[in-house]
Amino acid sequence: MTTTTPAPAAAESVQLGERRRRYANYHRPWWFRAFITTEFLIIALLALVWLWATVSVENFSGPLTVRYLLLDIAPLMMIALPMTLVIITGQIDLSVASIMGLSSVLVGIFHVEWGLSIPVAGALAILVGVLCGGLNGFLVAYVKLPSLAVTIGTMALFRGIAVGLLGTTALTDFDPEWTSLATSSLGESRVPAVVVPVVVLIAVFAVLLHFTPFGRGLYDIGHNEEAARFSGVNVARSQMTTFILSGAVSALAGIFYTLRFGNSRGDNATGLELEVIAAVLLGGVLIFGGRGALHGVIAGVLLIGVISSALRLEGVTVNVINIIIGVLLIASVMAPQIVSGLQRWRPGKEKR
Amino acid sequence: MIAEAERIFTRLGVDLDPRRPAQGLSIADQQIIEIAKAISLDAHLLIMDEPTAALSGVEVERLFAVARSLRDEGRGIVFISHRFDEIFDLCDTITVMRDGAYVGTTPTDQTTNDELVTMMVGREVTELYPKIPAEIGETVLEVEGLTAAGVFSDVSFTVRAGEIVGLAGLVGAGRSEIARAVFGVDPYDAGTVRMHGRSVGKHSPTAAINAGMALVPEDRRQQGLVVESSVARNIGAAIRSRLARLGLISAASENRAAGPWASRLQVKTSALSMNAATMSGGNQQKVAIAKWLATDPKLLIIDEPTRGIDVGTKSEVHRLLSQLAGEGMAILMISSELPEVLGMADRVLVISEGRISAELSREEATAEKVMHAATARHEAIREEAVA
Repeated sequence: MTTTTPAPAAAESVQLGERRRRYANYHRPWWFRAFITTEFLIIALLALVWLWATVSVENFSGPLTVRYLLLDIAPLMMIALPMTLVIITGQIDLSVASIMGLSSVLVGIFHVEWGLSIPVAGALAILVGVLCGGLNGFLVAYVKLPSLAVTIGTMALFRGIAVGLLGTTALTDFDPEWTSLATSSLGESRVPAVVVPVVVLIAVFAVLLHFTPFGRGLYDIGHNEEAARFSGVNVARSQMTTFILSGAVSALAGIFYTLRFGNSRGDNATGLELEVIAAVLLGGVLIFGGRGALHGVIAGVLLIGVISSALRLEGVTVNVINIIIGVLLIASVMAPQIVSGLQRWRPGKEKR
Repeated sequence: MIAEAERIFTRLGVDLDPRRPAQGLSIADQQIIEIAKAISLDAHLLIMDEPTAALSGVEVERLFAVARSLRDEGRGIVFISHRFDEIFDLCDTITVMRDGAYVGTTPTDQTTNDELVTMMVGREVTELYPKIPAEIGETVLEVEGLTAAGVFSDVSFTVRAGEIVGLAGLVGAGRSEIARAVFGVDPYDAGTVRMHGRSVGKHSPTAAINAGMALVPEDRRQQGLVVESSVARNIGAAIRSRLARLGLISAASENRAAGPWASRLQVKTSALSMNAATMSGGNQQKVAIAKWLATDPKLLIIDEPTRGIDVGTKSEVHRLLSQLAGEGMAILMISSELPEVLGMADRVLVISEGRISAELSREEATAEKVMHAATARHEAIREEAVA
């Protein structure tokens, strides 16, 4: 890897035609690129819902609501990050919630039964998460099985192991120092401390996806795997990496979940994978791969969190909340088509 | 139904159990079943497109016996083939097609091999190719004994700096497959690929790129470009690790790298952020070439450089290849257009059925010689070699 811009040596003087041309970098003005996007649509929707909730939902603007909102969506936000990478390559990982459950059980066994400290128990649980993700990745990237089938299988497998290890019992005897840390606040504010690691993770994944050759390769794989291979993108290794990241972050989310509730159970976080995928798609990531951006996904997660929280305060039942989120999800899958229609619209020119 | 099938099989003189599944039958028997199906539909005209491609000598004879008996019953057969010996063996009249157009029809007993070749080649090589003589330097690519079972075998050749080597042959002869194996997109079973004397890791395009190879593939929409991506991202796609600083890549660095290349190749686009999908074939090909020239390759493998692009762009691409060779780049050009091969190449390798059947210098190479070598069957080549 060199740090210089490549100076084409052999082909330096090649020039077809007389005139040298300078190209504009973008064919749309900056405001168009910023605002006429699926991501912006979601951000605008988030702002609207937030505004509505603040004005008309009693207690929504209170500090406790924000605190519980952030605590609630922290695992969702964490897992949505690697899930975005997985979906952008055109794959899916349905086993994330099961890895969370397994990690919750393991951290309980390591800490409560074996007496290991939380950092050691947590590190071991994350290692198992890496192995789980590695199994998914190996089967998808190297054995070339469809990820939908593979991760439905490992979803049942990992959950089965988790429930099998603890049965119906729950381990609750956690070090109070750590359980209170999981729900502690930043200084005097009501903002939970877990926001810090989540923001760090967001930053890491944003850089990885949007500012590295690896991230560029993920989009190529999602659009056209064969062309990616012809360009020297290591398709199998990239896919393997996304699944390992997914496993590791799911395990981390499982540890947080366990400490927050002081409770290690095999059925923890059951069904969370659907919420994660809903948030990612709501954030403008194309289910077929190739398009999506992390700021949209963050807005998607927050939108789901705000809607659930506001409607719960309004006394709406969970079933109705799920119906609303389902409708939103379908709308969001349709949104890219509407937006791309908007983007193709040129005033004064005939349609292509 | 079974009785009907048995009746047809008897008529065709084949010994097959109508109840068994078609899977697991030899290719020849599967062909026979296809024919039986056509007969059961009471077809009066049977079109067979390269039916012998996967058959051995004995199986071909069986197929021909069936074909003759059908003819004798008064059914018409259109037999599409590259293989002269089979055409002369089976057919009564021969029609030659070239570049999607009708050339001529002649009774088999009034024509010869050479006449057919002349008809197939057709136009004189009068189109102007801007090939400028380049100084030929050291050996850049050495391929030795390259073999992929069932695709190509024992392929050995070299390409030197400043040299354009043409890879000619019929569609399906294995030319693109050889290029893909050399570049590491496909695996191979035996043989070595060396760049500047150093062997290149197999089945790894990354290793090939690092060794200084570039491959502009045959299918630009599926292999050459990610058409849903912008011009800038496409041109920067093969040099991302070089564009990155401290592992980070920015849109600005991609734009800076892509701009000059787009300009050199005169890519017609309003901005570097335009998707390649909306562009014309010629423009897409320019973007694909720019993407690979940006890697500063020592060897450019270019597969069907001018397929499906307009005449203007075509001559631009030819001029470009000539310039690149003039500057010392080694170029391996695969082309199905004979005039292009003869006009551009310093040396022509003819591939037939996965093997090099002839190597001709620029002076030696004529359309007839290339076409003869391209339609040769290996048995024939070997016999010639023995004799």
